[in-house]
Amino acid sequence: MTGTLASPASQDLTADQLLDAYRVMRTIRAFEDRVHEEFATGEIPGFVHLYAGEEASAAGVCAHLDERDAIASTHRGHGHCIAKGVDVTTMMAEIYGKATGTCRGKGGSMHIADLSKGMLGANGIVGGGPPLICGRALASKHKGDGGVAVAFFGDGASNQGTTLESLNLATVWNLPAIFVAENNGYAESTSSTWSVASDDIADRAAAFGMPGVIVDGFDFFAVYEAAGEAIARAREGGGPTLIEVKFTRYYGHFEGDQQLYRGSEVAEAQEKLDCLKRFRARVTEGGQLTAEQLDRIDAEVAKAIDDAVAAAKAAPKPGPDDLLTDVYVSY
Amino acid sequence: MTDDRIQRVTMPKWGLSMKTGKIVDWLVSEGDTIAKGDDIVDIETDKIAGTLESPAEGPLRRIVAEPGAELPVGAVLAVVAPTDVPDAEIDAVVEEAKAAVASGSLEAPDEPEPQLVEVGGRTISYLSLGPEDAADPVVLVHGYGGDKNSWLFVQQPLAEEGHRAIALDLPGHGASGKDVGDGSLATLADSVAGFLDALGIGRAHLVGHSLGGAVVAKVARDAPGKVASLTLIAPAGFTPEVDAEYLRGFAAASSRRELKPLVGRLFADESLVTRQLVDDLLRYKRLDGVDKALTAVLGTLLDGDRQALDTRALLEGVDVPRTIVWGTSDRIVPVPEGVELTRVEAGHMPHMEAASEVLAAIKAHL
Amino acid sequence: MARSITYREAINEALAQEMERDERVIVMGEDNAGGEGAPGEQDAWGGVLGVTKGLYGRFPGRVLDTPISESAFIGAAIGAATGGLRPVAELMFIDFMGVCFDQIFNQAAKFRYMFGGKAVTPVVVRTMWGAGLRAAAQHSQSLLSVFTHVPGLKVVAPSNAYDAKGLMIQAIRDDDPVIFAEHKMLYDTSADVPEESYTIPFGEANVVREGGDVTIVAIGRMVHTAMEAADELAGSGVQAEVIDPRTTSPLDTDTILESVENTGRLVIVDESNPRCSLATDIAATVAQDAFGSLRAPIQMVTGPHTPVPFSDALEDLYIPDATKIAGAVKTAVDWKA
Repeated sequence: MTGTLASPASQDLTADQLLDAYRVMRTIRAFEDRVHEEFATGEIPGFVHLYAGEEASAAGVCAHLDERDAIASTHRGHGHCIAKGVDVTTMMAEIYGKATGTCRGKGGSMHIADLSKGMLGANGIVGGGPPLICGRALASKHKGDGGVAVAFFGDGASNQGTTLESLNLATVWNLPAIFVAENNGYAESTSSTWSVASDDIADRAAAFGMPGVIVDGFDFFAVYEAAGEAIARAREGGGPTLIEVKFTRYYGHFEGDQQLYRGSEVAEAQEKLDCLKRFRARVTEGGQLTAEQLDRIDAEVAKAIDDAVAAAKAAPKPGPDDLLTDVYVSY
Repeated sequence: MTDDRIQRVTMPKWGLSMKTGKIVDWLVSEGDTIAKGDDIVDIETDKIAGTLESPAEGPLRRIVAEPGAELPVGAVLAVVAPTDVPDAEIDAVVEEAKAAVASGSLEAPDEPEPQLVEVGGRTISYLSLGPEDAADPVVLVHGYGGDKNSWLFVQQPLAEEGHRAIALDLPGHGASGKDVGDGSLATLADSVAGFLDALGIGRAHLVGHSLGGAVVAKVARDAPGKVASLTLIAPAGFTPEVDAEYLRGFAAASSRRELKPLVGRLFADESLVTRQLVDDLLRYKRLDGVDKALTAVLGTLLDGDRQALDTRALLEGVDVPRTIVWGTSDRIVPVPEGVELTRVEAGHMPHMEAASEVLAAIKAHL
Repeated sequence: MARSITYREAINEALAQEMERDERVIVMGEDNAGGEGAPGEQDAWGGVLGVTKGLYGRFPGRVLDTPISESAFIGAAIGAATGGLRPVAELMFIDFMGVCFDQIFNQAAKFRYMFGGKAVTPVVVRTMWGAGLRAAAQHSQSLLSVFTHVPGLKVVAPSNAYDAKGLMIQAIRDDDPVIFAEHKMLYDTSADVPEESYTIPFGEANVVREGGDVTIVAIGRMVHTAMEAADELAGSGVQAEVIDPRTTSPLDTDTILESVENTGRLVIVDESNPRCSLATDIAATVAQDAFGSLRAPIQMVTGPHTPVPFSDALEDLYIPDATKIAGAVKTAVDWKA
């Protein structure tokens, strides 16, 4: 079935949970905004793809996950990394290509991974994640640990054969897998309304025998509720779910993208729909948290990002010996 | 009527799997008078290269198999007969021999298969040749990293002479179970003693090579009543000196390149090391559990760079007749001082390099 | 104890023994059991050529049939490997690599390096290769060189039942992604294979035959063809050394170089297409590292630069035979500068 869930009451989460969620989203926003600034100086090598605007998706889904669970991400992976608990300092260093990076400088923005945190990596191949997630879900099922695996992918990947095969396989094998289609309206410069043949990506769920649901990606609570239901179902052996998260990315496809293909949706979203603004309004108006608590988090996060950037800039680059290491466990 | 003084030298059977052998070179010529035990011809099988010692005595009248010829086990290689036997009769024997090969009637009959027996929770593989009801069988125990096939020049002849000759694989070796527990001499000796019990053998002539020598000595110490005699071939534990590098290298080697030169050190004549021999050793070493077994037993054999065992001390006061055989060119364990022993021209493997002398030493007890 | 079993049985036995020993080993692939969801027998096929037969019943829940979705299930095997399982997935024909190659070469092969040494991906991808079955262009290719080219992958191509069992056990125990290539024409060949489990290290070539006049390096089924040629050549007094690399990544170049330093002549037999092949790879390495020992140009005996033809008359022309190999040896032996 395809449906849009109404946003749940924020009373369902504890104060601590709300603070955590806010911290995750604020960290992602601050991280991405800062990378946007720093990238413009030319010091960061290669490509970066920024997640600003989409924080509610990563935060809302990962709030339900623990060390049993795995996620796979896309080239736009910083948000998922942060939400799954990957250390921000090592992430920043990785983006700068330094030896202290999460991947010792050998992966870069598009391949940041921390398997110890169940983060299977940002992925440079569109649609590369869903099959891997079927595998992690299979492993959890085999081990019987109640773990789930979540594939984050974009509207572009929703048309990739690997994604569709994975949806099919997850149902056929009844895997504890959750497929989160983050529909930010564009696959690079191509609009999703044009490239996705069905009205909604979530419509494809029925084709593959699993429930599909659409959520407002600017609403943390909507994502949280839909994800919670899907993850609970998966943990209990109820099989996979497809969640389509609809929102907008604030930056270009990659840093350097002139975004000539876009209308005015970013300004509108930042003004009226922004997930952090909405979250703040809701929890303060509802009395769960105070503005001061949130401001404190803003300040802590700002400092953490500052420190991360300073550390990254100061860190050494990998040396010639690092070129040849870690191709194999042993050869 | 063929003169029964005509003796045929035939292709020997060296080991269970041997079907054919190739003549490499004759060491004697037609017209020479040969004595029993003389080296007469070099033969190569796919497992080993060796020298046939003459079973016959007298003038060598005819060489039937030329160098390069590959012939089945049992094929006539040469004819030995007194000079007054007419040539025509020798010719007839040769014709008959050639016909036998051509007809395929020399195809090997079904060979006895190795068997398995459970001893103290371990599986022991063994090959028994010769009459099952023979008294006091000969039991042959190989050395470190070896197996029952190393007795190929000794076991068959013993059986042919009416003795029961049993070659076994120690735990961790050959086709026996690979678990050796602590790998101690006591564990190995218990397996051998247990083996005798399992087969209902009250008393046996024990023959041991290298590590196997120490093992059978321990059996004799623990249960002298079970042991009719001991023939120890270059046994471990008679001297502290040993080529520790060989032992450690053997345990660690995992490729042909590493193993071949090491195995060469075992022999006085390195050409005895065929590719097949090295390959067979590698196949053994790759089996699950072998690494662990060899390492454990290595700990029993070595104390630093010296031998850890003292077999001499073990045998003190053990009232069992014994012979010790040693190769004068042994590069693994040098000939010990102050021990009565039979010297033979060989390296560390007299039972392969000087088989007839080892056979004689064993038979002296039977 | 060794007994004579087939290449197919040897691989089956390796899988069974490892599945027995380690509960993390699972098997998956199209029709690896067969009969899934159908009204008739389960384990109806045991793999298209029967390699996985019997495992389904012995190891409940650990032999998974798959839909025809190579990207998804090869990717799943890879993902599961990062999650603590040791999957053996079947890519039925190596020719199908096109529909799942990303998961193999961009994901599995690169995780360890891209993630700074922190990923372990112990997946085995079993696959059938080789010509001779009249299976035509899309079911008869070699393609080993394509996988060999990719850093992060290991590539194994046994030529006989003994090597097949030992190398498969090694592959399952190996912590890196392994492409295990089974030559479809070798499934019915037999060899003495121990009942016990054993391993054969990767990167160790087998010198199948010793000889001082020429080095022949051959892969897979071509090892047997090379031995045929070697027997023929021995009749005219040329002693060939035949080397079976067993694994193309890692490749035992030391053994090949040592042999060429002794013989001075190299003939490489590789049934694949000639451009950018294992033959050119080995030839270039030897030319660079043993140039001074060469007494004749390196000879490569390969298939032609064509797809594999269907008609038996043509396929038999495509595949190198003993005569072609002997001819190449003769060229090398007769070479005058």
